[in-house]
Parts: sequence; structure tokens; C-alpha cells
Amino acid sequence: MAAILEVKGLKAFYGQTQSLYDVGFEIENGGITTLLGANGAGKTTTLRAICNMVRTDGTIRFESREIRGLATEEVVRLRIGHVPEGRGTFTTLTVDENLRIAAYTRKDKAAIAADLERVFTYFPRLKERVQQQAGTLSGGEQQMLAIARALMLKPRLMLLDEPSFGLAPLIVVEIFRILRRINEEDKVSILLVEQNAALALDLADHAYVLETGRVVMSGPSSVVKNDENIRKSYLGY
Amino acid sequence: MEQFLQQIASGLANGAIYACVALALVMIYVSTDHINFAQGEMAMFSTYLSWQLMTWGLSFWVAFVLAVALSFVLGVVIERAILRPLHTAPVLSIIVVFIGLLAIFNALAGAIWSYLIKEYPSPFPKGSFGIAGVIGPHQLGVVVVTLIVLTLLFVFFRYTPLGLAMRAAAQNPQMARLVGVRVDWMLALGWGLAASVGAVAGIMVAHIVYLDPNMMGGILLYAFASALVGGISNPAGAVAGGFIVGILENMVAFAGNQIEKATGVYIIGNGEKLTVALIIVIFVLTVKPAGLFGRVVVKRV
Repeated sequence: MAAILEVKGLKAFYGQTQSLYDVGFEIENGGITTLLGANGAGKTTTLRAICNMVRTDGTIRFESREIRGLATEEVVRLRIGHVPEGRGTFTTLTVDENLRIAAYTRKDKAAIAADLERVFTYFPRLKERVQQQAGTLSGGEQQMLAIARALMLKPRLMLLDEPSFGLAPLIVVEIFRILRRINEEDKVSILLVEQNAALALDLADHAYVLETGRVVMSGPSSVVKNDENIRKSYLGY
Repeated sequence: MEQFLQQIASGLANGAIYACVALALVMIYVSTDHINFAQGEMAMFSTYLSWQLMTWGLSFWVAFVLAVALSFVLGVVIERAILRPLHTAPVLSIIVVFIGLLAIFNALAGAIWSYLIKEYPSPFPKGSFGIAGVIGPHQLGVVVVTLIVLTLLFVFFRYTPLGLAMRAAAQNPQMARLVGVRVDWMLALGWGLAASVGAVAGIMVAHIVYLDPNMMGGILLYAFASALVGGISNPAGAVAGGFIVGILENMVAFAGNQIEKATGVYIIGNGEKLTVALIIVIFVLTVKPAGLFGRVVVKRV
């Protein structure tokens, strides 16, 4: 299968500080890839680099097209849905407005309405809260809203930054089950960044391990999961 | 009693003007955290544009619409050409730019149209409407026009996708980019709309204060007071603040006159209106720093 996203020799800088040195990975079309690593390894920065939210160097090819250097809003228009660290809720807008703004770049009105209904079948709780100010939602609900918002873009690829962060274990399980469905039923490829390596390896088919801004190892999830050395040295369990 | 109602009505008319300028200030403030000190002078310049168009033979309302549209373009151009390159500059530099713009517009208007005070027509002829003895046609017209403009803006921001995108860009610019909103253009549009609303205020008030390059100086102060009283981060609050300040200043002068009439002692009158308005602002901000309708920002750390 062809890769939907290819990253090669990616470097990233915050001002004068370099935080990625050599990151390379691929996501298969329709696949789920996870980036693992300790705090500060460069996982979030990698996602931000794809959307041109930091200064970068290297190659980022999406559907065989070089996208490095495109403005963030143009990258998004290629239908790359980014669920950012901290969920990025528009706190003063209602849940409904949060979802409608995500479809801002789309012109297919009928399909948008259908997608809204579909999103509500994944997250019925959002439907109950549709007129509520998004800032008043619980953490788990805001995470659902963030994923739902990315879905309203009708993405080809979804970038998820620690969707399990700060959530109760039961809600995390629910969210990961929904991510699986999104991948299988909506044919969305997924790039998942996670602290919770065990959880991520269960969902993903491929894993890359980052350490201080470099990819230090990679392989199919099943291999990475069962390699005791990798687990002990990089994943800490 | 009739005098009392008169004062309320004239307060409403002034308040409508303050509300418009305050709203223009707030529209730029919520998306950039900057107070545009040149807002008043931009409105004055727009008013001169409409005056110029009228002297070229256009009717009032055609000149009105054209001037408001030109102001929109002017606002967009100022944002794109002057403020965009400064988006990473420190706040102080931007304040200096605003003060520079204020001086430039003032001098430019003086150079083009001279500093001589000009009469400015009212589109609401005498005896057309109004309530005899309470509110004149021009004052009533001002209130109606501003209410229409405010309603249009409300509908735009509340119910259109572009309005939603502008609110999203103001609230969380980074996330707005991540849903594909072109945030830079939203800021420019915000500047355009603010300039347009200011233009409406200038054109409406010019018949009352007469047309001259310094006509908006006092009004900008009142508008600033209104925005602060209502809550600088809340557009609806700014509008309410405008009407509150407008009515309050007249009530203060009215009360002063009544006291003088009854006791012969002069305490307060028309001359002290601005002082009193500013005292009220300080009082409100001391008791409620976020303004009457402002949101207190609580951040989780």
C-alpha cells in the first residue's frame, strides 16, 4: 500500500533552539501509526511540524505532494485534521459552533449535515450538550469534541496528540474504541502520539520511537510490543 | 418631567454614538488585545469622505453607504499594510503606531479640508418624525440607524459562517488555523468592520458636533469609558456601556441644574459631564475590574 504521509530528515526549531534533528517515518494509506517516546522527545513538535506551526527543514510529503512550508490553514485544507495537545476548544463558542467552524472550509452543505449526524453517533454525549458553551464541558467531553471537530473536516489523515491525557481510564477506552471505528469505517489514516505506550501499540499497526528529536527505532506494533529491550529502554514498562 | 424625558432621549442619542465607537474599539481589542487610539480620527476622516461625496453632488444616503464602504477598505488596508508587518512587535511600538495614525489622519483631514468648522447636514428633516418636546428627528434618527447597524452586526457575527470564523479567530487563533480559517484575513476584516462602524458613528454625530478634524476627540474618550464600563472584552457590554454612559452624563448635568434651580448653589453642570463620566469609570473599574458585563478570565494553571 502506498504511504499517505512520508516524512524524511525532518528538523524543527523553536527560535534558536533545535528540537527535532532527524525524524523520518511513513504512514500507510488507511493505517494507524504511533509515535512513542518520553517527555521532550519531540512527539508533539513532530505533529506541529507537519502543520507548519514551527520552523522546519526536511521533507514532508502528503499524498505524494511536498507540503512543508505551506501555511497551517492551507495544510488543513488538504484535509489533515489536527487534534492538538490541550484539545484546542473554542471555549466561548457553543458545541454546535465548535463543530460548524470545523466544516468552514467545506462547501458541500448536505454532506456536512450528514457528517454532523455521523459524529453524533460516535459521541452521543455531544448531541445532548450541543447548545452548551464548550468551555463548560468536562475534560473527556472536550476531548470528544476535539476529535469530532477534526472529523467534521472530513479528514484523509488525522493527527492526534495524546488523546488519553488527563482522562479517566474508562473514557480513554471509549475514545480509543471510537478511534478504531473512525479508522475502519471512515477510512481515515491516523498518526497517534501517546505517552501511554501499551494503549497506543494496541491500536496502531506501526510504531516509531523518538528520543531527543530523533527516530531511534521502528517496526510493526506487534514486534515493538513484544521486544523486551525496547520496552525497558524506551517505553518504561 | 418633559425636561427629564428630553435629557434621557438626548442621552440615548449620544449613547448610540458612544456605543458604535466603543464597539469598534472592542472589535479590535478582542482579536488583537490592542486599543486603537486612532479609531476616532479614522471615523472623522470617513465623515469628511462622506461630506466630500455630498459636495460632489451625491445624496446623503449614497454618500453614507459609499463612505462606510470606503472606510471598510481603508481599515483593511491599514491592517494589512501597517499592522501586519508589526504583529510580533512589542505593545509599546504598536501604541506609538496608533498615536501616529491618529496624528496622520488629523493632519491629513486638516490639510485636505482645512480646520475650519463646517456644517454637516442631517438626513432627517425637521418635522419628519420624532416626538414633539421629547426627541427631535435627528436624535431619533441616530438611535434608529445605530440600532439597525448593531443588529446587522449581531446577525453577521451570530449566524453567518464568516462571522463564526471571525469569532473563532479572535478567541483561539492557533486552533482557528487548525480548522482552516485564514486568521490574518479575519483580523483585517475586523479592522474593516471596525472602521465602518466608526464611520457610521462619525456621520451620525457630525450634524450635532459639526464637522472639524477634532470632532471625535471627546467622543473617543466617552467611547473608551463606555467600553471599559461595559467590559472591554464583551461587544454587547460595550454597546450597553455606550448607552449607560450617554444617559448617565445627561442625568448628572440634569440633576446639577435642578439642584441649582432649587437652592441657587451651583455644584455640577454641563461643563463637568466628562469629568463625572470618568469618575464613574474609575469607580466601576475599582469595584468590578472586568467591567459590568465583562468576563473575569480564570485560567487553570
